[in-house]
Amino acid sequence: MKFGVVVFPGSNCDHDAWYAIRENLGEQAEFIWHDSTRLGDVDAVVLPGGFSYGDYLRCGAIAKFSPVMQAVKRFAADGGLVLGICNGFQILVEAGLLPGALVRNAALQFVCREVRLRTETTNTPFTAAASVGQVLRVPIAHGEGCYVADARTLDELEGEDRVVFRYVDNPNGSARDIAGVLNPARNVMGMMPHPERASDPLMGSSDGLLIFRSMVSAFAHA
Amino acid sequence: MTTLSPELIASHQLTEPEYNKIVEILGREPSYTELGIFSVMWSEHCSYKSSRLHLKKLPTRGRYVVQGPGENAGIVEIGGGYVAAFKIESHNHPSFIEPFQGAATGVGGILRDIFTMGARPIAVMDALRFGPLDDAANGARNRRILEGVVSGIAHYGNCFGVPTVGGECVFEACYNGNPLVNVFALGVAKGDEIFYAKAAGVGNPVIYVGAKTGRDGIHGASMASAEFTEESKQKRPNVQVGDPFLEKLLLEACLEAMQTGAIVGIQDMGAAGLTCSTCEMGSRGGTGIEIELDRVPQRETGMTAYEIMLSESQERMLLVAEKGREEEVFRVFRKWGLDAVTVGQVTGDGLLRVRHHGEIVAEIPNQPLADSAPLYDRPHTQPLRSAPMRAPAFSSRDLTRDLERLLGSSDICSKRWIWQQYDYQVRTNTLAGPAAADAAILRVKETGAALAMALDGNARYCYLEPREGTKLLVAECCRNLAVVGADPVGATNNLNFGNPERPEIMAQLVESIEGMADACRFFEVPITGGNVSLYNETLGEGIWPTPVVGVVGLLKGGPPVGMHFPRAGLAVMLIGGLGKCDAVHFGGTQYAKAVLGELWGLPPELDLDHEKRVQTCVREITQTGVAESAHDISDGGLAVALAECSFGAPGIGAVIDFDSGMPPELLLFHEGPSRVLVATAEPEKVQEIAAGHGVEALRIGTTAEGQLTIRNRGTALIRAEVEALRKIFEGALENKLRD
Repeated sequence: MKFGVVVFPGSNCDHDAWYAIRENLGEQAEFIWHDSTRLGDVDAVVLPGGFSYGDYLRCGAIAKFSPVMQAVKRFAADGGLVLGICNGFQILVEAGLLPGALVRNAALQFVCREVRLRTETTNTPFTAAASVGQVLRVPIAHGEGCYVADARTLDELEGEDRVVFRYVDNPNGSARDIAGVLNPARNVMGMMPHPERASDPLMGSSDGLLIFRSMVSAFAHA
Repeated sequence: MTTLSPELIASHQLTEPEYNKIVEILGREPSYTELGIFSVMWSEHCSYKSSRLHLKKLPTRGRYVVQGPGENAGIVEIGGGYVAAFKIESHNHPSFIEPFQGAATGVGGILRDIFTMGARPIAVMDALRFGPLDDAANGARNRRILEGVVSGIAHYGNCFGVPTVGGECVFEACYNGNPLVNVFALGVAKGDEIFYAKAAGVGNPVIYVGAKTGRDGIHGASMASAEFTEESKQKRPNVQVGDPFLEKLLLEACLEAMQTGAIVGIQDMGAAGLTCSTCEMGSRGGTGIEIELDRVPQRETGMTAYEIMLSESQERMLLVAEKGREEEVFRVFRKWGLDAVTVGQVTGDGLLRVRHHGEIVAEIPNQPLADSAPLYDRPHTQPLRSAPMRAPAFSSRDLTRDLERLLGSSDICSKRWIWQQYDYQVRTNTLAGPAAADAAILRVKETGAALAMALDGNARYCYLEPREGTKLLVAECCRNLAVVGADPVGATNNLNFGNPERPEIMAQLVESIEGMADACRFFEVPITGGNVSLYNETLGEGIWPTPVVGVVGLLKGGPPVGMHFPRAGLAVMLIGGLGKCDAVHFGGTQYAKAVLGELWGLPPELDLDHEKRVQTCVREITQTGVAESAHDISDGGLAVALAECSFGAPGIGAVIDFDSGMPPELLLFHEGPSRVLVATAEPEKVQEIAAGHGVEALRIGTTAEGQLTIRNRGTALIRAEVEALRKIFEGALENKLRD
């Protein structure tokens, strides 16, 4: 399986995702430059963490206009798997591929630490290899990771089983402890925690590999 | 040319003999622009005129050293065809005036020093010093400075994408008006792809890349070379504003442009901006450089030649490319959306020639400008100190309470509130980040090996006795590496001192450098570069001598040995023994500071030979895999070290039994060096290794779930629940900031 890792000028977890996919997962990965209008022959897209275009404005507010995002939208509309991590999640929300918004952490500080994530659903191509209620240890590193949406949207996400992960100890004030959500078609997921940083036992946890492995098996069975 | 008034010359911090030397070099009076150029190049910050004579005493060569002092960063070999480039630099003065931007641009500056050599930065550490957070008069300001500095470091490092993997943070009243921000950065490059800051090849184009030049930071280098006065607050415009996103683009573009093979030499524009980069590159290459200021990208209109040459706008680089291959370089910078403009060329006449609006505004020989700055052998007498030698009488009523006070004191308490704001994991190399082990450990994916970094300073010791204090901190830094199983390969130093024109301050500097030279020679760690920050005084009040040393070590890749007890039932071994201490050598300890509120006597005694044997022994214990955890004894002594070992995720403490005749305060809290705690399932093996090095390895107890109990000859000295201690340790800093 070939993963395309999108590179915005300010992406800084692009190499980490690339490395985790190739070295820890054992699949193919290639970089896609932000001004590309085509994604090439990739089977899934990862929008990595970082600061897309500096993000001095709202995170991801400029990235949504980038040429590559138009291609990502088409890819998603055709049912392709898209995983947005951290800044990637912020971009997916800004681009309208996922509902809600990510605002400054409740404590108004950047926070880097390992969190525990409860798997809320396995009815997704991103968590099929997990079990419901399974707790994953995955790091976060963000200043604007507080997930917000109006009550109706939140009810809808829950009603449609589109909340994929919740924080066991909410680190940023996210509504209803939400750490990751799906689009209605269930092929686009955004999450603030970094599974690529939890893909190697040497880094303290390899729980994040479960997400990448789920994507591989979903693709194989598609 | 207009005649320059003595007042104007004095306002450029040039003395009369210095000015006369300028006239001698030029063979005429300098122009206003030339005066500005000389004033920054000959400032203390750029020229090291007070320290150079003594810095020569430091060892700079070693088995692994590829590049010593004199370049943008030092370089050591790390095996597998790769090298590490590293250096430490201070941004003390700007961080006092504008904490957020001052600290942020401090990070930005040292990162450019690393990647200008062709190395991708992979880690940063910080040594921070502030006034006390609960200081009656200055507490609120100190808290604001701390918060600003930490968020500035986080802002820059996190966005740039370099992990901030550790550091240290200490509070003393002497930093009330003069905080210290020292940033230690490290990068990795292929050994055959190192770039140097040399301008070679007459006719080659000189290319300006990166951010546009503005009026920010003019005279930053000179500002950093004077004491602070009331008027200093008006120098806020001298502080630069950082743009980490632009720096990230500059990093990627520079590394990519270097791959084209078209780049001959490159230097960042840091202190003294365009001035420093042009004349230093010319001087190193033995060439001249001619630049045309009208071509320099500018973000403001109407800038004078003086302003353009002295601007310290951030995120700029100057490079020399091969003639005819400019387009290859431009293509890369266009891709990253950055300005890249040919502003001049390399010449054969050795002159820095600057044109503006068709006129020559400066014409100075590069070599004397860069390298012939005045050199001062400033008088030095006895190091300044006013602390008494004799110890006051003291006797503890409750040793457990004393331990709690130490764990909740600003210097010892958890700095989680600080390091949690730093992305310490980006690039997924961090095997041991903040507060995980005695040194930070980073894997090098390219080689499969790992690097360890440690950063230490101890101004209390250095104030009491600069020479011994500095030896102690070099020893501690090397010990930190030994504890994680690393061999030290090189070091970088940041010398933060007061006004060198005061003989008793100059004496602190001289003795400290000599102590550092002795210790570095003894432990075979060459100093490959660093930074000197003098005039750290505000309103006549100087800081304590604060040398800071960062050491880099090599170790095998793999799971690191952390400091925390991992499970109950392990033997707790004290390598190096209980050490010795008397009342006089107890006066610089954290116990004296936090519990007694006093400072007296001398720093702990260091036996270099014993220290080295302990280090070799501990390194072998760690490398052979018999240690399940290891932690050295430093601030707060044995009891604090045991508590720190207990603060891992599972909360495993220990039951300890001593057999010592020392007074209990000294036994528990003295800071004698050359001691390391090791938890092991194979105590006999540990003892065997220790015996081989002639080092004592005392079996002092056993790890135990949830409690820390320390007894001496059957009498309980300390009895505490690990979670209760942890609560104090973890909550203290946040509580102080909330006040």
